[in-house]
Amino acid sequence: MTVPAAVPTRTAAEEQLAANWQQAKSGLPGPVLLRATAFERFAAAGLPHRRVEEWKYTDLRALMRDAKPLADAPDAAARERARSAGAALASIEARRIVLVDGAFMPDLSDLSGLEAGLTIGSLAQALAQGDEAVVSQLGTIVPSDDVALALNTAFMGDGVVIRVAPGVSLARPIGLVFFNSGARPASVFTRSLAVIGKGARAMLLESHEGAASAADQINTALELKVDDDAHVDHVKLTAAGAGALHVSTLMAAIGARARFNEFLFTSGAAVVRNQLFVRFDGEGTVAGIRGASLLKGREHADTTLVADHIGRACTSREIFKSVLDGESRSVFQGRITVAPKAQKTDAKMAAHALLLSEDAEADSKPELEIYADDVQCGHGATTGALDDDLLFYLKARGIPAKEAEALLIQAFIGEAVEGIEHAGLRDALMDQVAAWLKARE
Amino acid sequence: MPLLEIKNLHAEVDGRKILNGLDLTVEKGSVHAIMGPNGSGKSTLAHVLAGKDGYQVTEGSVRLDGEDLLAIEPDERAAKGLFLAFQYPLEIPGVATMTFLRTAINAQRKKRGEAELLVPDFMRRVREAAKHLGIDQDMLRRGVNVGFSGGEKKRNEVLQMALLEPRLCVLDETDSGLDIDALKVVAEGVNRLRSPERAFVVITHYQRLLDHIVPDIVHVLSRGRIVRTGGKELALELEARGYAQYQEEMA
Repeated sequence: MTVPAAVPTRTAAEEQLAANWQQAKSGLPGPVLLRATAFERFAAAGLPHRRVEEWKYTDLRALMRDAKPLADAPDAAARERARSAGAALASIEARRIVLVDGAFMPDLSDLSGLEAGLTIGSLAQALAQGDEAVVSQLGTIVPSDDVALALNTAFMGDGVVIRVAPGVSLARPIGLVFFNSGARPASVFTRSLAVIGKGARAMLLESHEGAASAADQINTALELKVDDDAHVDHVKLTAAGAGALHVSTLMAAIGARARFNEFLFTSGAAVVRNQLFVRFDGEGTVAGIRGASLLKGREHADTTLVADHIGRACTSREIFKSVLDGESRSVFQGRITVAPKAQKTDAKMAAHALLLSEDAEADSKPELEIYADDVQCGHGATTGALDDDLLFYLKARGIPAKEAEALLIQAFIGEAVEGIEHAGLRDALMDQVAAWLKARE
Repeated sequence: MPLLEIKNLHAEVDGRKILNGLDLTVEKGSVHAIMGPNGSGKSTLAHVLAGKDGYQVTEGSVRLDGEDLLAIEPDERAAKGLFLAFQYPLEIPGVATMTFLRTAINAQRKKRGEAELLVPDFMRRVREAAKHLGIDQDMLRRGVNVGFSGGEKKRNEVLQMALLEPRLCVLDETDSGLDIDALKVVAEGVNRLRSPERAFVVITHYQRLLDHIVPDIVHVLSRGRIVRTGGKELALELEARGYAQYQEEMA
């Protein structure tokens, strides 16, 4: 008797994505072949599921009951609501660039008085105009065959293209506000590209937010090229709305003697997947890749990181912290790879989870893959509850239980946040932590 | 009315009886020493008074100013004026000492219906109290007790005591781990806080702390009860003869 070959059955979401593709493909701007190839990649693999190692703990096939229709162009009301978005980072006084439901909004963005050597534009426009510099770079900075990224490449509607010329030091951070209006549940695919020239200095802030009730499906990606001797900070806040599914991909290639600091702050979305593919190409770069997640209810946040050391003598520090209340779940999958020529690599990775409830779950999977023999690499992971003895010490000084817990949680998150160089940004994030704790009471 | 009144206190930890009918009355303005061998229940008494989880009171009562102390939470006990100086003060990485002090003071004031202490007032009080105890600005900026030596941790306990202005201070083996110089600094800090309105219960194994914090009354604790009470000379007698006779008496 022969066993029939398993015929993959498409889920409702996969069917809807295919229908969306048929309907939308002729209207999407730019590289037809790139998009079609990417869609084929998705069509062959389907949505990633738990038997795909990289997606083991975030089974997108099970989590996506359906696929929402592509977002419409935002109406006047949605644009109006976007004016109050980005409040979490308002104190930073960044140059504000606004996208509403995935569309770049020049009229809501601060594009006046751009520093010499800085250009900021719309990805949709660049693709529609066949901007060769953009088209030829897309998907090449850190190539990946990840299926969620393939979906992004197939459907990318708009995004931001940022170029900072060599030697230019930006006086103000660039604050990208990705606002989802929640007018109706929609799929939003944004793709951005940032190229930071040799010796340049730039700080990019991304804030992803949405209406509290919105059930949007967001797939966002950033390709980031940091040339030699540049100094770049990238911070991403995700508070996409309580019903939202948010998948994000960072592909970053870092040159020699650069400084690169990445921070992910996640609070509030039904499902968040942040995947980071960071490659250190040159010698002597110093990098910090850090993050904090504050989860409650049934929220799920997955951080999947690959830090790829190709150049020699780079230092990288990865530290991720999650605080879990209710029935929430955090996932950390981190892999440091060290190529044979990447001698003198110094890389340390840590993932710590603090469980505030019996029903929360934290999964950590740190890995090292080392092909060089003269390196210092390490990883660690801890999961635990608040220390009863510390709580008692605080209570014995008159601090009520909830306040004592809040102090210890702030201290726990603070260890990751203190790696951020910008003091105002540290304060802004700790204010977010305080607000989250207050809402918990 | 006495400041502290403990009657027939029985307590157990993990089903093991530690306190067996302890009686103690402390008037305001007085300093009581409680001495006893290891395992006699000294630290258990301190923890039961402060309200630590895991200590089960099975019988008896504890009243502070006539109020049932056992019925309220540890933070409420602190706001009512109880302070426990820990035998092993904990390190709290990431919580700056100043934040900790201000949070504690204002939490207590709030419970008592008092206004929050303004920042300049707070800073002035901390600076003054810290100066007496030889605690420098750098220590105040660090995480609570992080990287502190044993002596620094105990001085930090006395700093907290000075700032929180409790009415009843319980010192749990404050002398443990201190050399003689550190012991003097800590003892002077405590003596500076002695007042007609405030009382101290000094728990110690050794007599040497009582050379510096001189008690009015000395109690001997053995197997969970007070078996003898006397003046300060009782401490010297214990130092000379040891605790053996009290352990035998109970046997």
